[in-house]
Amino acid sequence: MRTLSPVLNRRILVAAAASALVLAAGMHSAVAATPKDTLVVAFGFDDIITMDPAEAFELSAGEIMGNTYDRLVRLDPADSSKLVGDVAKAWTISPDGKTYTFELKPGLKFASGNPLTAEDVAYSLQRAVMLDKSPAFILTQFGFGKDSVKDKIKATGPLTLTMETDKAYAPSFVLNCLTANVGAIVDKKLVASHEKDGDWGYAWMKTGYAGSGPLKLREWRANEVITLERNDNYYGPKMPLARVLYRHVKESATQRLLLEKGDIDIARNLAPQDLAALASNKDVKTTSAPKGTVYYISLNQKNPNLAKPEVREALKWLVDYSAIGDTLIKNIGVIDQNFMPVGLLGASTEMPYKLDVDKAKALLTKAGLPNGFKVTIDMRTIQPVQGITESFQQTAKRAGIDIEIIPGDGKQVLTKYRARTHDMYIGQWGADYWDPHTNATFVQNSDNSDDAKAKPLAWRNAWIVPALDKMADAAVLERDTAKRKKMYEDMQAEFRKTSPFIMLFQQTEVAAVRSNVDGFKLGPTFDTNYMFLVSKK
Amino acid sequence: MPKPKLSVSSPLPGAGPARNRRLRALRNAGRFLVVILLTYLGLLAVTFFIGRVMPIDPVLAIVGDRASGELVARVREEMGFNKPLYEQFVIYIGKILRGDFGTSVLSSHPVMDDIRRAFPATLELATLGILIGVGFGVPLGVWAAVRQGRWVDQIVRVMGLIGYSVPIFWLGLMALVLFYARLGWVGGPGRVDVVYEYTLANVSGLLLLDAAMAGQWDAFANVLSHLILPASLLGYFSLAYISRMTRSFMLHELSQEYVVAARAKGLSEARIIWRHALRNAMVPLVTVITLSYAGLLEGSVLTEAVFAWPGLGLYITNSLQNADMNAVLGGTIAVGSVYIGLNLLSDVLYRTLDPRTRSR
Repeated sequence: MRTLSPVLNRRILVAAAASALVLAAGMHSAVAATPKDTLVVAFGFDDIITMDPAEAFELSAGEIMGNTYDRLVRLDPADSSKLVGDVAKAWTISPDGKTYTFELKPGLKFASGNPLTAEDVAYSLQRAVMLDKSPAFILTQFGFGKDSVKDKIKATGPLTLTMETDKAYAPSFVLNCLTANVGAIVDKKLVASHEKDGDWGYAWMKTGYAGSGPLKLREWRANEVITLERNDNYYGPKMPLARVLYRHVKESATQRLLLEKGDIDIARNLAPQDLAALASNKDVKTTSAPKGTVYYISLNQKNPNLAKPEVREALKWLVDYSAIGDTLIKNIGVIDQNFMPVGLLGASTEMPYKLDVDKAKALLTKAGLPNGFKVTIDMRTIQPVQGITESFQQTAKRAGIDIEIIPGDGKQVLTKYRARTHDMYIGQWGADYWDPHTNATFVQNSDNSDDAKAKPLAWRNAWIVPALDKMADAAVLERDTAKRKKMYEDMQAEFRKTSPFIMLFQQTEVAAVRSNVDGFKLGPTFDTNYMFLVSKK
Repeated sequence: MPKPKLSVSSPLPGAGPARNRRLRALRNAGRFLVVILLTYLGLLAVTFFIGRVMPIDPVLAIVGDRASGELVARVREEMGFNKPLYEQFVIYIGKILRGDFGTSVLSSHPVMDDIRRAFPATLELATLGILIGVGFGVPLGVWAAVRQGRWVDQIVRVMGLIGYSVPIFWLGLMALVLFYARLGWVGGPGRVDVVYEYTLANVSGLLLLDAAMAGQWDAFANVLSHLILPASLLGYFSLAYISRMTRSFMLHELSQEYVVAARAKGLSEARIIWRHALRNAMVPLVTVITLSYAGLLEGSVLTEAVFAWPGLGLYITNSLQNADMNAVLGGTIAVGSVYIGLNLLSDVLYRTLDPRTRSR
């Protein structure tokens, strides 16, 4: 065969490849780093399903709400253990402990330009109760119902508002709940103009914005981008930058690349190994904060083996806490054997358990299971959960317990857990609002029947202890903070010994930041990750 | 090749074979429509029922982990999940016939709006990908066939093997590390740099086209610099397949008698390969190429994930993971339409390229 055409062919190929490379090389050189007036954040926010503060209950949405909406009171950005007034200038509590009167700061405005009055605050809280979406219980637990909320929360003047609770709760509890997103204040005039068939503007608010916060929401494109812009009508100090852009990037490795190249300013979902790799980069600094999220393994009490008190305890001795702490959750969590995360009132740092196979074996013998048993665990296939589960599987095997791991997707595992059809489950629980009562879900269970109305975590594992349940009910009414603190500590002491929950660690949120970024600080909750304090050099 | 003058044999215009032909065409079109409708119905039924028997509770996607049992029960009723399965399906089909594909739980937007936005991103990526795949794959395949057993052939085969066996995820990340992070030749993940995010006019959703039409050439270059890596990656994977198929079709053609005859006539080798053999090999190749294209358009999930590309593949996967069934069903219909459309196109091309298939 003659060889004329292949030569021709080769020449074409080489030319094409070369021109493609030249083209590609020339294209990107002109692009600088992120714009000077814009903060670019890489963040996995595929959990967001709505931008309505009356419905939003997801971690990422919480952060957007915290930056774009004001509320009556807020956790102090400088010291999150303190409460400060946000739109409220001052508040008083009646002697019987049931009526709260708020006085608003004068001259406030929404981003839309509409004035912010007590009428807007009352409307916002009423709206959340009337819509009755997932976070509504944070307000309705004070006895506000759909028929009564208009009487119990009302504007008594242009800048005064009263709120009447059904019991004399601990004031810190009531105020802490008002810092939650569900207490965000919406622009009544604006929302009402978008109302359809008496829906309280629900359809519009899913993607709309009607707030007065330091930043305003310009756009949310699901799984793509969120744009926040400086609100020039904000009452407080204006944000130094013009806008904050969140890009939805889920991969830790990709986030790291983007950060190293300077295409983003902050990376938010970095795995331990990528964090470690960034430590040597002088253009990048890291910051972290303990969060109100705890990870645990729970044992369904419907399983007769797991219901034995000795087995419950034995399993707690079969976790290699120190190995997990040193490797799997290094930089992203701290071992914690209590249900109350550090930072909340009544948190305990008691840690009686460590890996002790002999002790576990003795307990298993006492339970009549000297040769161990077989059991399954449902696990979401994400890190560090997967690594922890595999570690637990190995250590438990040493005491003869044969654990079969059932991996699944997040929603799939959760579906099973909520139906109480699991044996063991590994997962996390985040604080709904910044008050210890939020984690009473670990001990509260007053109705263990399958069709119970409330289904707290204790119910999901079919665990019922009336004494602890009562203690939780009493603690939320205790107005003496020191006494209240002691009650949570006592609850946890009992919980550590007998509960079917193996508490593992408290999450630390980490972020890696370009060194020209100033003022970025992670808060204790997701809605206190304030972007409006950030500036760039 | 001259077309046979069929009309000469018909005594009256509009009658005889001509009318028969028209009737046959009509019948074919009718049959085709029925097939399309049945395909859609099957597609919907399978997706719908798989969605409903999935061990994921779609209500959880709406209320989240922390909702009370009471709320979960209420939302279930609101969404009609307490109705019998067949009834839910009938309701759903009824809605679709009215053009209502429902609202996505994840984006809170109508599903059709979401798809209208995700599809151009995938279209742009897949089109550039297939152009690269064909532009390199076909010449490489021809070359390998002509030089069968020689080093060129070996290289093409090894390239194909790598294309099949290396995970796209890993290769994508390595390409990013090298060309984006280390060398800085191309743009990183995402469709465009942040600077252009809000200055580039978004009309068609095809950013290259939009930038060109608006005369924003710096934005055009930026979009291209983001496209080049994922598109090359996809192109490489389709190239691996296309070059292998081209090679085998060409080998078949080159062993035919007409090639021997052409050589005997003294035609140049280049003419024989490019004008005669390749032309005939193109006929089966068209199907290979359209199917590869359909595969890319269906959404290349991993590529889109690595490059944070907001396309159809990522949209459907995300929806599936969150039991966002309206979105999954809408996405399935979109993918089904792509397949049906491209099958039709490949049919037409086939007939155009191979006159023998036309008379059937």
